[in-house]
Amino acid sequence: MATKVVMEALSPTMEEGRLVKWLKSEGDTVAKGDVLAEVETDKAVMELVARADGVLRTRLLDEGQTAPVGQLVGVIGAPNEDIAALIASQPAVASAPGAASAAAPAVAAPAIPAAPAVVAPPPTAESAARPTRLGNAAPKHQEPPLPPPSTEQAQHAQDNGGRPRSSPLARRLASDRGLDLQQLHGSGPGGRIVKRDIEAAVATATAQRPATAATPRREAAGDFADVPLTQLRKTIARRLAESIGPIPTFYLTSEIDLTRTAEMRQAMAAADTRLKVSFNDIILKAVATALARHPEVNAHWLGDRIRQFNRVHIGMAVAIDDGLITPVIFDADTKGLGDIAAESRELAARARDRKLAPEEYTGSTFSVSNLGMFGIDQFTAIINPPEAGIIAVGAVEDKPVVLDGAVTVRKRVRLTMSCDHRVIDGATGARFLQDLRRMLENPLLLVY
Amino acid sequence: MAKKKSESSVSTVPSPASSRAAGVAPSHTDLLRQMLLIRRFEERCAEAYALGKIGGFCHLYIGQEAVGVGAISALRADDYVISSYRDHGQALARGIPPRTIMAELFGRVDGCSKGKGGSMHLFDRNINFLGGHGIVGGHIPLATGVGFAIKYRGGDQVCLCFFGEAAVNNGAFHEALNMAALWKLPVIYLIENNRYGMGTALERASAINDIAERACSYDMPNEVVDGQDVLAVRDAVLRATQRARGEHTPTLLEVRTYRFMGHSMSDAASGTYRTKEELEEYMKRDPIIVLRTTMEKNGEWSDTAMTALDEELKAVAQDAWDFADASAEPAVEALTEDVYVW
Amino acid sequence: MPVVTYRDALNQALQEEMQRDDRVFLMGEEVGVYQGAYKVSKGLLQEFGEMRVVDTPITELGFAGVGVGAAMVGLRPIIEFMTWNFALLAMDQVVNSAAKMLYMSGGQFNIPIVFRGPNGAALQLSAQHSQAWESWLAHIPGLKVVAPGTPYDAKGLLKSAVRDDNPVIVLEGEMLYNTKGEVPAEEYLIPIGKAALKREGEHCSIITHGKMILVALQAADQLTKEGIRVDVLDLLSLRPMDVEAITASVRKTNRAVVLEEGWEIGGIGAQVVDYIQRECFDDLDAPIVRVHQVDVPMPYAKNLERAAKPDVPKTIAAVKKVMYLDQ
Repeated sequence: MATKVVMEALSPTMEEGRLVKWLKSEGDTVAKGDVLAEVETDKAVMELVARADGVLRTRLLDEGQTAPVGQLVGVIGAPNEDIAALIASQPAVASAPGAASAAAPAVAAPAIPAAPAVVAPPPTAESAARPTRLGNAAPKHQEPPLPPPSTEQAQHAQDNGGRPRSSPLARRLASDRGLDLQQLHGSGPGGRIVKRDIEAAVATATAQRPATAATPRREAAGDFADVPLTQLRKTIARRLAESIGPIPTFYLTSEIDLTRTAEMRQAMAAADTRLKVSFNDIILKAVATALARHPEVNAHWLGDRIRQFNRVHIGMAVAIDDGLITPVIFDADTKGLGDIAAESRELAARARDRKLAPEEYTGSTFSVSNLGMFGIDQFTAIINPPEAGIIAVGAVEDKPVVLDGAVTVRKRVRLTMSCDHRVIDGATGARFLQDLRRMLENPLLLVY
Repeated sequence: MAKKKSESSVSTVPSPASSRAAGVAPSHTDLLRQMLLIRRFEERCAEAYALGKIGGFCHLYIGQEAVGVGAISALRADDYVISSYRDHGQALARGIPPRTIMAELFGRVDGCSKGKGGSMHLFDRNINFLGGHGIVGGHIPLATGVGFAIKYRGGDQVCLCFFGEAAVNNGAFHEALNMAALWKLPVIYLIENNRYGMGTALERASAINDIAERACSYDMPNEVVDGQDVLAVRDAVLRATQRARGEHTPTLLEVRTYRFMGHSMSDAASGTYRTKEELEEYMKRDPIIVLRTTMEKNGEWSDTAMTALDEELKAVAQDAWDFADASAEPAVEALTEDVYVW
Repeated sequence: MPVVTYRDALNQALQEEMQRDDRVFLMGEEVGVYQGAYKVSKGLLQEFGEMRVVDTPITELGFAGVGVGAAMVGLRPIIEFMTWNFALLAMDQVVNSAAKMLYMSGGQFNIPIVFRGPNGAALQLSAQHSQAWESWLAHIPGLKVVAPGTPYDAKGLLKSAVRDDNPVIVLEGEMLYNTKGEVPAEEYLIPIGKAALKREGEHCSIITHGKMILVALQAADQLTKEGIRVDVLDLLSLRPMDVEAITASVRKTNRAVVLEEGWEIGGIGAQVVDYIQRECFDDLDAPIVRVHQVDVPMPYAKNLERAAKPDVPKTIAAVKKVMYLDQ
């Protein structure tokens, strides 16, 4: 049985109350006695509490609006309970002067959330003439009528005249990226939306998988599948290990044509300087995408089993003064090129400054190393155990190649994958590389 | 560096400083001409002020003409003159063209300070007129600095500094005179004692009434001079210049005079602080009448010639007015010019 | 590169400029026989004689005016105030005479003069001797104001000040005279009106000047250990102020802390904040925070004086506040 939330008489002389702030959102589970909202009475700001257990199904009064005592301002009910009839049976909010819109079909019809339909509409001649049922048609000290807020506003309205508090920079960044500030949570003082909130929102949006994006770095049960070792696999593992060392490695090299990738890169840079990406960024993106399709390569050797990952965390080898460190781009397959570019730049810089936190250089599922900037044509990289593979990227160079029977100059790069034979067989690795090559030679495939 | 001005084309009266060879005494007629020019010019200033053509503060020199004319007549062209805000008379006597002074008073672009200074800030670099200055006593240390520069360069010029008797109660006066005497600088500090600092009588402001005695504090030569007698002023300043050029010794001159007008154009000539009777008594010693008496005694006076001179100078004042009236207001771009030398 | 004290860097600048131009002279209290209250003019009397290194009576108004008068007729005075606290007596000459002369004379009389001396607090000198006057001075059109915080900047800016054809205020620091830094042996000038980025970072801009640059750099060092990297922008010139450098830094970092030695109301920081809000409104991610002396006359007691002055912890706290790391 649904329970009405009404504007209560919170002081002996109170005739109406202004809803200062909702403390519960629609859909929140509430317990009897929980504070639902702050209400400004004629004396003070008081608390409006829940009179039943359940879910706050709807909020019928906007922040800043006023309602007479007894007015329905919300409904607490079971999650799936039909409350439309309850709402329809009640006079709607009479908060704006004379703006009482009585129970009408338009109010009852939309399913929850239907906030726009039930909050005060702009006064019309008709509605202005109609008194509220309780007879407080012209309460004193009324707020001026507000335009009907959007659904989002109704849900996220804040105490800043309906606008969320935000820094000028955050507003600009949100506008640039097409983000709706009303949808964001502000982490600054007083809930101010600041730059880091925008960045977090961008990262979340990029990660297309909101459930995992919320905890991007924590390993979860569904992130991988453990494959039991067959007898054959055990034997292969043992024998090959004896043959070549702890990790029986073999190498696959593929020379890939990056001409179209280069064109794409130029086009992106020309379109917007913020879209400037390096070849390595594109290769990282392609490797990530290929890995997502080849969990047999995106895998760890765990001694007693092979762990194939459903999420792609790419380790990116960065040379530092006295060694090498491999910061991780988590969920690289779900990130856009721009984000990968930004993240790799930022990680590399901090890696060189020794500013990486341990969790930022552990947890990779596969690695990429690039010595192309040193003019290395091709090389073999050492696998970072327990990973099963690593790709070594050589220099991108203009080379004469035969295309359609004619010699022409193309941008080429050599990728060499080191494969742990205990996990990856020759053909497995070759298929992976084939896929990778296809994507790099036709970069539009990256925009799958 | 700041650009030099060239204003010779608008001069209608020969500059006394430049037309007179050093050491050749100006005739009584020359001195009369200077004083009468100031008188006629300032009468038109008063008129222009009443018509709103001149604004702000405007301090007239009428009654004190003998001081500026007599003192400046004793200088060489390469000497320096610096004054307070009551500076029209000294500017005219030194030779700033009446036209450019009037244009300055009118706030016009042809003014000697391009319309940016006004009545209190007349300057002319060409004739070493170092300005009218608006803060009582504030320019006295500048005169000491000019004297320092003369000595620094080993020159034999002098700096003549005019200020009112009220300034002697100001710390700047004491600081400046102390250093000039200490360092033996060629500066003539000329007090125009017109008896009132605005509305406060000398006796109500200074612990001693013979303010020339202030010089004793600095062991500085000093004289009390009749400021209504242009010849007496000239002689006293000549003596001071000789001390300054020869021995690099500063002098303090207390030149006793009287202003016939209010402190500025917005003040009454008499009333709360001085009586009409007192004013009328002093006006009997109008410096122009004093010189006329001398000239009559010497047989230098001719009514016809003097009437003609007066008409001529009235015409000069009218010409200055017409010139100023026709001169343009400064361009708005000038607002931000001359804040810095770039 | 030779390492010299701030004091000696100034001394070199004075000596070089006096050698270069015989119109340049130094005047002030104790500059000659005593060799300078802070020994900045050491040796100059012996080299240049008493006409060019002039000991004055204790008469700030007077000798400031003497300087202006000498500048009107062609000399290039350097007026030393034993401290800027004493220069308040000379303010009429600095403001009404030096700063206004060119304008009110319609461009006829420029005043090529330098007014210099230590500004701000030293240690336990209490209320009348511990004041930073740059906001007063920078307020005045017609003056230029520089505030070097290092020996290198002190020499380069003082030389530029002496060669400038306008009145230039050089704000030194009693606590700076003994500080050391690299100063090239060869001649150099630092242009008036240009700021210098003394430390580069990306998280926040600390904008400061004068001796507070030392505080800012220490704060930056400590913040670096916490992974916070800041721009430290040394304004060097307060008038004209390098607005471009300010906006370039803030556009990059989106956050600013403005640090100054003086009081809050109408301070230099207020002007910097104004430039930022005008030019960088859409780049700001947080309200700008100012660090300055507590709004009281300087107390004598050691602990109270420490509490009154801007310092490294206050600066670090301000940076964390604008980075929303203080919650």
